[in-house]
Amino acid sequence: MADDVLPTRLQFELATPERLLVRDWAVAVSVPGREGYLGILPGHAPLLSELKPGELTYTQDGSTHYLAVGGGFVEVLPDRVTVLADTAERAEEIDLPRAQQARRRAEDELKKSADATVDGEPAQAALARAMARLAVAARRGETRKEEQRRIAQP
Amino acid sequence: MPNVLDLRRRIRTIRNTQQITRAMKMVAAARLRRAQEAVMSRRPYSDRMLSVLRSVAARVEQPSHPLLVERPVQRILLVLVTSDRGLCGAFNSNAIRAAQYYRAHHGEQISLLAVGRKGRDFFRRHKVAMVSEHVDWFLRPVQWAHARSLANEIAALYADESVDAVDFIYNEFKSMLSQRVRVERILPVKAVIRGSAAVAAQEPPRVDYIYEEPPAELFRTLLPRYVESQVYRALVESQAAELAARMTAMDAATNNAGELIDTLTLNLNRARQAAITKEIIEIVSGAAAQ
Repeated sequence: MADDVLPTRLQFELATPERLLVRDWAVAVSVPGREGYLGILPGHAPLLSELKPGELTYTQDGSTHYLAVGGGFVEVLPDRVTVLADTAERAEEIDLPRAQQARRRAEDELKKSADATVDGEPAQAALARAMARLAVAARRGETRKEEQRRIAQP
Repeated sequence: MPNVLDLRRRIRTIRNTQQITRAMKMVAAARLRRAQEAVMSRRPYSDRMLSVLRSVAARVEQPSHPLLVERPVQRILLVLVTSDRGLCGAFNSNAIRAAQYYRAHHGEQISLLAVGRKGRDFFRRHKVAMVSEHVDWFLRPVQWAHARSLANEIAALYADESVDAVDFIYNEFKSMLSQRVRVERILPVKAVIRGSAAVAAQEPPRVDYIYEEPPAELFRTLLPRYVESQVYRALVESQAAELAARMTAMDAATNNAGELIDTLTLNLNRARQAAITKEIIEIVSGAAAQ
């Protein structure tokens, strides 16, 4: 951090246990931190946080990419963001019917846990993951729209 | 001289077998490519995980976690990873032999956990009790969820002091042609974090992070994930090694069948020629006698 010049780009990596999903650069990254969404720009102070299920975005010049993550960790360095996610999917990869099914199942479980002594916590987590996937899936195609808007008003 | 019909029949059966072994070789080769990718693509995650874990551990005064507690080792949980299917050369027998050797040479009380049908069947046949068994994980590409459930299981056994250490025996994927049986201590974790001074030396200098939550808390959630990634690695390595072993074994079987067919075909032609010669001699000598 002795560098006087702040970096203008972030090297962004998103790894899940099974594969390295994203290895790209970005000008801004937003992650679902435990205490709420964190926006990260180049030159951010080193930070380590747990992630909860939610929507992760990274922005390159004018185009934003959306991913759903199911919890994990993020390591932020001034010129680099590394996300270690338990699960992660790009918006285009999300299986919409399956996500909807997962949500219904989780809701049913939650109802059951409300009037019985069943532990509701796994269902709650499953619901959060399903909601994150659905929210991200709804963003499909938005990348392009935003790009067009930028072109219209430079 | 064997008879022509018998030889024909044998050649046909060997050719059928050869077709099967050739198909199995192809299938193993195709699956191996994916398994090898899995071996490679888990590395970024576990490498980063280890470096993050180390830097968090350095920030926490006296990291405490049930998985770090070292006790005098009296009871060991031995996890044997084998395949679910056979026909993969010495793959399973090597692992099982290593497990038997381990059991014979450790004075501690050893309990067993089997992953994979072959290892489980072996211990069942020998009436050895197992803590638990997991089969059919290797029929498809190994999933993280499997590793996670196994990691949780062994972590629970360790945490409630049912065992004082957890060792894994599995085949490591060294190359297409060689697998090596490895014995590895997965729990307790402490040794892993402190022990690798060589790795720590080549790491970049530690960064002082801002923590969104107390480091100690972060550490508590990171550590189980580290164990999961260690377990996942063992499973993925074993699967790649299994497929490589099967491919090699089936390639050898296909070649052997080819050699056998060549030899038998030669014998068949000799037998046929002999029969023809005999007939001619009979006819000629019959004609000469008149």
